[in-house]
Formats: sequence, structure tokens, C-alpha cells
Amino acid sequence: MKEQAVLDVSRLPLHGMGAASPTWWGTAAFMLIEGSGFALAVAVYFYLMSLAETWPIDAPAPDLAPGTWLTAILVASVVPNMLISRWAKRRQLRRVQIGLVIMTLLGIAPLAFRVYEFPALHVWWDDNAYGSITWTILGLHTTHILTDLVDTVVLTCLMFTRHADNPRRYGDVQDNAMYWNFVVLTWLPLYVCLYWVPRL
Amino acid sequence: MRSKLNLRAGGLLLALPLCGCNGTQSALHAEGQAATALKGLILLIVLVCALVWIAVVGVLFWALLRRRTEFAAGNKIHDHRLRLAVYSALAATAIIVAGLTVASFYATRALYSSHPPDVIVQAKAQQWWWQFTYADSENRPLFQTANELHIPVGKDVLITLEALDVIHSLWIPALAGKQDMIPGRRNEQRLHAERQGIYRGQCAEFCGIQHSHMALVVVAEDEDDYAAWLAEQQKPAADPITAEAEAGRAVFLGKPCAACHTIRGTAAKGSTGPDLTHIGSRQTLGAGLLPVTRGSLAAWIADPQTLKPGNNMPLVPLSSDEVRQVSAYLEGLR
Amino acid sequence: MTKDDPILTPRDTDIADAELHARLMRTWTSPPGLWAAIATVDHKVIARRYIATAFVFLILGGILALAMRLQLSRPEARYISPDRYNQIFTMHGTNMMFLFAVPVMEAMAVYLVPLMVGTRNIAFPRLNAFSYWMFLGGGLLLWLSFALDTAPDVGWFAYVPLSGPEYGPGKRADLWAQMITFTEIAALAVAVEIVVTVFKQRAPGMSLDRVPVLVWAMLVMAFLVIFAMPAIMFASSTLILDRLVGTQFYNPAKGGDALLWQHLFWFFGHPEVYIIFLPAVGMVSTILPTFVRRPLFGYMLLVGALIATGILSFGLWVHHMFVTGLPRVGESFFTASSMAIALPAGAQIFCWLATIWAGKPVFRVPFLFVLGFIVTFVLGGLTGVMVASLPFDTQVHDTYFVVAHFHYVLVGGAVFPLLGAVYYWFPKMTGRMMSERLGKLSFWLIFAGFHLTFFPMHILGLIGMPRRIYTYQPELPWAGLNLFVSLSSLVLAAGFLVFFIDVVRSRRSGLPAGRNPWGASTLEWATASPPPAYNFAHIPVVFSREPLWDEKDALPVTSGLRTDRRELLVTSLAAAIPQARESVPEDSLWPFFAALATSAMLIGSIFTPWAVVWGAFPMAVTLIGWFWPKGTKEEMS
Ligand code: HEA
Ligand code: HEA
Ligand code: HEC
Ligand code: CUA
Ligand SMILES: [Cu+2]
Repeated sequence: MKEQAVLDVSRLPLHGMGAASPTWWGTAAFMLIEGSGFALAVAVYFYLMSLAETWPIDAPAPDLAPGTWLTAILVASVVPNMLISRWAKRRQLRRVQIGLVIMTLLGIAPLAFRVYEFPALHVWWDDNAYGSITWTILGLHTTHILTDLVDTVVLTCLMFTRHADNPRRYGDVQDNAMYWNFVVLTWLPLYVCLYWVPRL
Repeated sequence: MRSKLNLRAGGLLLALPLCGCNGTQSALHAEGQAATALKGLILLIVLVCALVWIAVVGVLFWALLRRRTEFAAGNKIHDHRLRLAVYSALAATAIIVAGLTVASFYATRALYSSHPPDVIVQAKAQQWWWQFTYADSENRPLFQTANELHIPVGKDVLITLEALDVIHSLWIPALAGKQDMIPGRRNEQRLHAERQGIYRGQCAEFCGIQHSHMALVVVAEDEDDYAAWLAEQQKPAADPITAEAEAGRAVFLGKPCAACHTIRGTAAKGSTGPDLTHIGSRQTLGAGLLPVTRGSLAAWIADPQTLKPGNNMPLVPLSSDEVRQVSAYLEGLR
Repeated sequence: MTKDDPILTPRDTDIADAELHARLMRTWTSPPGLWAAIATVDHKVIARRYIATAFVFLILGGILALAMRLQLSRPEARYISPDRYNQIFTMHGTNMMFLFAVPVMEAMAVYLVPLMVGTRNIAFPRLNAFSYWMFLGGGLLLWLSFALDTAPDVGWFAYVPLSGPEYGPGKRADLWAQMITFTEIAALAVAVEIVVTVFKQRAPGMSLDRVPVLVWAMLVMAFLVIFAMPAIMFASSTLILDRLVGTQFYNPAKGGDALLWQHLFWFFGHPEVYIIFLPAVGMVSTILPTFVRRPLFGYMLLVGALIATGILSFGLWVHHMFVTGLPRVGESFFTASSMAIALPAGAQIFCWLATIWAGKPVFRVPFLFVLGFIVTFVLGGLTGVMVASLPFDTQVHDTYFVVAHFHYVLVGGAVFPLLGAVYYWFPKMTGRMMSERLGKLSFWLIFAGFHLTFFPMHILGLIGMPRRIYTYQPELPWAGLNLFVSLSSLVLAAGFLVFFIDVVRSRRSGLPAGRNPWGASTLEWATASPPPAYNFAHIPVVFSREPLWDEKDALPVTSGLRTDRRELLVTSLAAAIPQARESVPEDSLWPFFAALATSAMLIGSIFTPWAVVWGAFPMAVTLIGWFWPKGTKEEMS
């Protein structure tokens, strides 16, 4: 078939930022998948609760302290996280580098509290279904913190190399920041579910 | 025994002889209140859907074979007529499915009566047989039996359903639809036989290696026969009357059999396997596997694992004399 | 921006076709050799592998079906032991659903979507490669376990407690659950790729109301995967946890629940059947207009029906649990919602009928399969409406009536369109036509064989034959029909055999196809057959729904992309207005290594939970290797 050029695209930018970038959509799609996973875990929690005669089953309500501290840290981490995103958008390399180091630390800190969250549940995963679902929810969320932490560490290293000053990298930083917000946001309903629902 | 086939299957279904030796097991051969109502609903829905299918395929062929007038793309009148046809068909679909939904809803309501039952039987399913416990009017257990349910004709019978290991499903198609038996849950099933007869049922949820051989028979009999059966079943096991059977009892009690089976009136009090107190009066052996005869008893006892591979009764090594004796004894337990 | 100055960098403007082809080939093709073949990220190559592998699983699953039919051909037959039979039907169902039907539909999407939306590769091509290796790993895992006589034997929905720690000894159920994980990872990856390809890589001008119906169908399918698969991932992982580390999700004695499994499974399982069916709807909607020479009637209605089916499908799952004793009011709701799905299904059928009505049919093989599909699927859909009636279902649930229903919709509703699609797109994929004569023969054998095999199963179900029984007793009245079914399945198998013979023969010696042998209207026919590695020398610009029918003289295209690196266009979501010239990744071995590492971890974790811990390290290494920039042309901007 004959072709006829009707549109010249040579002046288009080489990389779209934000919603103009496929990676952004990819990240969003993965968040959708994981979000459904979390929603499902919460649904299972309430389902098991509706079957049980008492809830929690054979255990006191979990201690509030470690989980609440962790929540506070996560919520606080959103501020630098948003800042990084803005710096990345403006391509301010130095600031992004510093921000990423901070975010790495803010990724490790919640893990320290997470270690104390499991015993604070006062139930083992194999005691009963209550123990199973609470451990699973915590475990699931912990893997998300962990993977995002690894992601952040790798990205931090990358931003100190010659590959750093590149719109594509700044896009990665923004996507990583978006993902961290997601990790924080999904935690809030989980926190309510794990710590406050048993107190109802 | 009824083995006459009911041929009114909407003219759609092939006629097949239903053999009666084990009772019938067909949703189209309804002998119970629920099954009859269901059969009516089934025929109605099948008929409606058959008409819909004929209509759709008819239109398809018409559309394929009709003589074409030149079609002009974007012909407004043409498009308009087609659109009208499509929307009318959609409206018809909506009306039909709404009708079928309402019909289903009313059928469901009619199926599950809530007035108090005349008889209550407790059913416990396990891999791969059924345990039935009959109780008196105060709900005290009277006796246990296996794989065979007796019910009075014309009475409402409530079966409480439990599972002891995995999920099973009680299904006696000639009497009613099926209902699952789920560990940790308690379900119910109502049976109401309209006519005397023997109806076969089968476990309908895959439950492991011998799911295929987990059948049962339901004997629906008139009030007198039912009462007589109840009275017989409550009695302890009959004493052996021949020397061979006498020896068989000794073997049974001396071997591991007694650890798994109960024979009321003897020292055998096991509960892993079916209660054998009146095994001789039952129609089938091994959950519908074989008719109860001396020969089949002997074959079963000699090698249950070949007859029903994987079932939970182990091969207990017995001499051929012992097998003969035990089967004589069991056959006499009527 | 200086580095990318239009004057300094090589462009596709003002060069002769042959020269442009040579340059683009240099940039886009993979070198020869095994490692390069493993490293390729060309969506067409990966999709062809995917399709071929899935068809191998169809053959294997079909052979299992024949084995079952042999065993069931007469009462109390002893050809196959009960334990083997249980493995066989579990393998057949699992294999057909997870290794054939879902993957083959996704693979068709991987092949067709980028071509139909006019782009040069799928989004996230490396993820695509990874997806194929995971799929292959899951398939090998399942079939190796079958060869070792430790295949799962708990049915394709593996109900607990039968599959739980107490009643499912050995590793059989774990293998099943972990196979699920493999295939779900593969499916989720493809779903993300499809969504992003459709959202961001459509040719300029292809606004949402110009997107081909097949692409819409694949998009809805991808969203179903995204929302449904997490449920089965959660279910299979918790099953493994119950079995491996003693969690109590499904143990009623400890607050767990057997029905929880069924809710989770069917919350996925019901959408799953539309994951298989909706792509078939897309194929039919593409093939049919070509052979009646008329644009599809009711585009908007059809797209609306696709979306409606997708949304509704999440509100139906309880119709698989009608006899579990759930509250009756709730169950009645699910009868109503299941019946309601007849509306979008009907809308599709009616639109096709209207298209045929207004068109001039040409009876070629792909069209025959479409017609066979309509006749068969409507019947299967109507039996679906029957089992959707709660009281009706209490008699036929778990009987051969249901077996008949789902083969009518799966084989008639999805495999027929798929075979039609193979006949239709084979010329595009290979450059050669398949045989009309063999095609007609295989169609009639399959069509007749199918109905003779599966129609009698309705009757068998109604006269009391439960499913999943390895044998039945002679005094039951089922022997005659079963023998008939078994013999008919040989006719069906013969039809498939002819089909495969035709495929193999045509690949070598079919007639050359040319660009657009059917005179079709969508973009994939605008490029050579088979398409070059870069798909389109110039990205097309779209002004209508049927570009090749409406652009009679010349195809409008874009110009200005670079030729020395892999570049494609990113466009806006709704109106497809160009936004960027995105460069896309070159070939890489890392996805393959990542798949190996993931497989090792998943298989290890069947045996010890620690596998997750030590398995995480190789995975991290491979993933970092995957994403770490290599300083290639594609990464500059
Ligand atoms: C491609 C796969 C596919 C498709 C498309 C469907 C489509 C449908 N299915 Fe099916 N189904 C399965 C695959 C599929 N199913 C499988 C695999 C199982 C069994 C799983 C297992 O147990 O192993 C199953 C089981 C199954 C059950 C459970 C049965 C049981 O276990 O007891 C039910 C119950 O409601 C059901 C209903 C439906 C309905 C209402 C539709 C509807 O979508 C059908 C809609 C279509 C039409 C209605 C025809 C076209 C419409 C018209 C021509 C308009 C006119 C119509 C009317 C007026 C009614 N299906
Ligand atoms: C898409 C899915 C799909 C497909 C295509 C099929 C195809 C077939 N299926 Fe089945 N089936 C299922 C999905 C599918 N099935 C599912 C989900 C179950 C439920 C499992 C469960 O209960 O857990 C099931 C269950 C099931 C049963 C019930 C088993 C039982 O409950 O005990 C039966 C019984 O007859 C059956 C038969 C068949 C037959 C005869 C075919 C035929 O159509 C097969 C035809 C194909 C072939 C015969 C291949 C032929 C190829 C060759 C011969 C070529 C060889 C050539 C070369 C080497 C080049 N299937
Ligand atoms: C380890 C337990 C065990 C032992 C020992 C055992 N049985 Fe059984 N028996 C069973 C089970 C379980 C069944 C039910 C099998 C089935 O139908 O799946 C059964 C079934 C039977 C039946 C058929 C009952 C019916 O109603 O269908 C007979 C008869 C029987 N056993 C006799 C014997 C005899 C005689 C012995 C000793 C020689 C014996 N059993 C030893 C467990 C046992
Ligand atoms: Cu019990 Cu099947
Ligand atoms: Cu369904």
C-alpha cells in the first residue's frame, strides 16, 4: 500500500513525564494489582471475623505502640517523598540525591518497628485463623516496604552514577515516590483493621 | 420396584431404559415432591431456551441465505430497521430472563418448606460412605446404619448433613436436588417421597479416590413397613444360628474387624467403619458397590482394596475358612 | 536536546523504502543464535512461541481427554486406575484452563494488539519475555509432576479440605498451587503490557471510538486479569501456607473455613471464564465483518457489552456455590445477576446477526468457524442460563450437564473462534495461506465431532451421572451414551489432527499470502506478511474505524522517527494525540535469568519456607541487572 506522510513527529520530546510516560502507567497498573490484593486480604479478615464467635480468637487485642509508631513514621515520610518527586520533576540532581538517602533511612526505620509488631499481636500464625490472617496482612505489607526499600537503594546508587542526569531517571524517581505513597496509603486501612477493629 | 421410564422429557431428550435393581437415579424420573417441582421447572426452562436457540439459529440461516439487495454502506433506512430489530431482541431477552428469574425464585420458595418435619435423620458423610443415625422423638439416638436410608412415604423427612473429613454432597435425584456436606458447617436436606420405591443416590462432590463409589439407596416405604424396619433396626444383632456363623463371630471379634466396626450386642464397638449390626438386611455393600450376598461379603472381606481401591478398610489377612465363616455370620445379621 | 537534533541524527524522512527497511532492520532485529533467540523482546516472536506452546498444551490436554473417554467408554473399566484418573481429569482441567485457554488468548493479544494499534512493540517488552518464560516454567512444572506420578489429583478448583494439609498428603496440591503462581505472574505481566500498550501506544488519531473491537476485548480481558488474579494468588498462597507452615485459613476447627476457599477461587474463577471468552468475542467481531464485507453493526453497543460483561462478571461467583448452603436470599441475587449476563451476551449475538444480515457473506474457513461458534455458543450460553437458575442447578450441579455446559462455551465459545483466528491471521504471522480444503474438512470434523461428543452429556447429567467419577456401575443406564460420546470424541480428535496437519503443511508450503489476503480493514494488514521486526516503517495515522477500507489511495503515516535506535510513539489516552517519541528496550538475557531465579524460588518454597528468603537474593540480582542502565542509544534522551 502506498504511504503518505501527514504528520511530522521529529520535534516531539524523547520522553514523556508523568501520565505521558508508559512507565507511569505500568507502575499504576501494578499498584492496582497489589491494591486488589490488599483489599482482598481485608475482605478475608472481615469474613473470618464474621464467622468467629469472639474476635480476636483466643488472643487479646494487639498492643498499639509499635504499629502506631510505624504509622506515624510512614505518614511523616510522605513529606520528603513528595518533595523528592517535585525536585525530580525540576531535575534538581543534588536535592534528589539527598532526598533519596533520606528516603532510604525512612524505609529502614519502619522495618525496625515492624519487627516488634509481630510479637505485639500476641498470637502466632498457626494458632488459629485470626493469627493466620493478621500475620499474612503484616507479612504482605512488609514485603511491600522491603521491595520498595530495595528499589530506593538501587535508585539512590544509580543517581550517584553517570546515568543519573537523564529525564528517564527522574521519571523513575517520580514513579518510585508514587509507589512509596501507595505503600503508605494502603497501610492506613490495614492499620485500622489490625489494631482498632479488634477493639470495637 | 419401579423401573418405568418417564418419557416426557420435552421431546428433546433421548429415551433410555433406567434399570431398577439399584433404584433409579435420574432427575427426570421424579418421585419426590421437590424433584417433581424441579422437573417441572427444568422442562419449562429447557423448552424456553430451546425456542430461543431455534429462533437465533433460524435468523442466522435466514441472514446467511436470504437474497441480497444491493447494500449501500450507511443506508439510513436500512440501519434504522436493523437497530430496531436489535433493540427489540434485547427487550425480548430482558423479558425472558426476567421471567425465568421469577420462575426460579418461586420454585426456590416452594422447595424449602419450613414447617416442622415428621422424621429427622442425621447424616454424616465420610470418605467414602454414609452414616445415618435415627433418633426417637426426643432426639435421642436410636441406632446407626450405613449407606441406606429408609423413609416413610408421604412424610417430610429432614436430613441434617455433616461431613467428617472432606466435602461431600448428598444427591438423590429422584427425590430432591443435592446439598453439600461441609466440614465445620451444618446443612439440611428435605426429602418427601410421593411413591414407594427404591431410589439411588450418589455423592456429587469430588471427595477423593473413591468418589465414584460413594452411593446410597433410599427405601421409601409405607408407614407400616417403615415402622417395622425401625423396630428391627433397634434390636441388637441376631445371634448366629449355624456353627459356621458362630465361628465367624469369633473370628470377627478376634481380628481387627471389631476395632473398626460396631455390632451391637457384641464386643465390637469400633467406629471407623460402618455399623454392621444389621448388615444382612441392607441392599448394598461398600456404599452401593455390590448387592449384599454371601458371596459378595466374602469377596469384600477377602480383598476390599481390589473391589474398591483406596478405600479406608484395609485387607485383613484371613484364611479362606475364616472368610467363609465371617461372611456367613454377617449375612445372618438381618 | 542538541544530541537529538533532527538534522544530526538519522531519521526516516526522505529515504527510499529499501534503505529505510535495511536501516530499521539493523536496529530492530535480533542477531541469529540461541542466546539471541532467548534474549529477544520482539512481541511477534514471543507471541508465536507463546501460541505454539499453548497449542502443544492443547494437544497434551486433548490426549488426556481421550484417555478419560477411553476409561469411561464402558462401565467398571479398568484401563486407568482411580488414582491416575483423578490426576488425569485434574491435569486436563488445569492444563486446559491455565496452560492453554488463558495463555493462548493472551498470546494472541501480544501478537495482535501492537499491530492493530499501529505500534512497533508491546509496552514493557522485557516483561513480556519474562512472562513467556514463567508460563513455560509453570507448564513444565505441572507436566513433570505428571510424568513422575505426583500430579495434583484434587480437581482444577482444588477444594479444601481435600487439598488441605490433612487430606492431601505429599506435594501434589502444592504443585498445583505453585503452578498457579507461575501462570498468574505470567498473566498479570501480559495484562499490564496490554493495558499500557492500548492506553499509550495507539497510532495517532486512533481515538477510543476508533479502537478495533478486538483491542477493546483484550483491554477488558486485561482488566479482568488485574482484578481477578489477585484472588487466586491469595487463595493458592494461603493454601501453601496452610500446608507448609500450618496457618489455619481453611481449618474450621481453628476458626478457618472451607467455604472461604470457594469464595476466593470463584471470585477469580468466574471472571476467568470471561478472560477466555471476551478475546474470542473480539476475534469474532474482527473476522465476521471481513467475510460479510461490511463494517460491524453496533460498534458502541458491542464495546458497551464487553465492558458490561467485564463488570458484571465480578458479581456472579456464587453461582458455582448454589448447593453449599449459603443463605437463600443471597443466592437468589446471584441467580438474577447470572441471568442478567444474557443481556450483554445477547447484544453481541444480535449485533453479529445484524452485520451478517446487512452484509454479503463469503464462506471461507475463518467464517465457517465463526458460524460454528454462533450456533454452538448460543446453545452453551443458554445452558448457562439454565444452571444459573438456583433450583435447576441443585439437580445438575457437579453432573455431566455442567460438563456439557462448559465445553460448549469453552470449546464452542472460545476454541472455535480461536481456530478461526488461526486460519485468519496465519497468513499474517507466517506469510502463507492455510489450505481451504483441509480447513473445511477440519471444520466439519470438529463441528460434528464436538456436538456428537458433548450434546449427549446434557442427557447424561440429567439422568444422574455425576462428574469426576472414574467409573460407573453396569446397572446404571449410562453405558450406551458414554460409549457413543467416547467414539464421537475420536471424530473430534481427527478434526484437530487435520487442523494441526494443515498448520504444519502450510507453514512450509502454503501459498504466499501478500499483505492483505482477505481484504480486511484493520491496521495489521497494512504491513508485510509476516511483519518485519519493526512492524511499520512509518507509524500510521488513523482517521476512521476501518482505516484500510476508508483510505483507498494511500495510507496516511507519520514521519520523523529515528532509524538508529528503537523508537515508537506515545500518544494520549483518549484522543491518541502524539506526546513523545519513546525509545524502547533492546534485547536482553536478564528477563530469562530473572525467570530462572523466580522459578527456583517458587519451586523451593514448595519444600521449605526459607526458599523465599534465600531465593530473594538471586531474584534481586537479576532484577537489578534487568533495570540497571547499560548506556545504550535507547537509554539516552
Ligand atoms: C468461556 C467460558 C464460559 C462462558 C462464556 C460461560 C458463560 C456462562 N456461564 Fe458458565 N461455566 C464455565 C465457563 C463459561 N461459562 C465453566 C468452565 C464452568 C464450570 C467450572 C467447573 O465447575 O469446573 C461454568 C459453570 C457455570 C455455572 C455453575 C454450574 C455448576 O457448577 O453447577 C453457572 C451457573 O450459573 C454458569 C452460568 C453461566 C452463564 C449464565 C453464562 C452466560 O455468560 C451465558 C450468556 C450467553 C447466552 C445466554 C447466549 C446468548 C444470548 C442470547 C442469544 C440472547 C437470548 C437469551 C435468552 C433469552 C436467555 N456457568
Ligand atoms: C478450554 C478448555 C477445555 C478444552 C478445550 C477441553 C476439551 C475436551 N474435554 Fe474437557 N474439561 C475442561 C476444559 C476443557 N476441555 C475442564 C476445565 C474440565 C473440568 C476438570 C475438573 O473437573 O477438574 C474438563 C473436564 C472434562 C471431562 C470430565 C471429566 C470428569 O469429570 O471426570 C471430560 C469427559 O469427557 C472432558 C472431555 C473433553 C474432550 C473430549 C475434549 C476435546 O475437545 C479435546 C479435543 C482435542 C484433542 C483430542 C487433541 C487432539 C489432537 C491430536 C490427536 C493431535 C495429535 C497431533 C499431533 C501430535 C500434531 N473434559
Ligand atoms: C481400619 C478399619 C477397618 C478394619 C480393620 C475393618 N474394616 Fe470393614 N470397613 C471399614 C471401612 C472404613 C468401611 C467402609 C468402606 C467404604 O465403603 O468405603 C468398611 C466396610 C465394611 C463392610 C461393608 C459395610 C457396608 O455397609 O457397606 C463390611 C461388611 C466390613 N467392612 C467388614 C469387615 C470385616 C469382616 C473386617 C475384618 C476382617 C473388617 N471389616 C475390618 C473399616 C475397617
Ligand atoms: Cu463423597 Cu464424593
Ligand atoms: Cu461462573
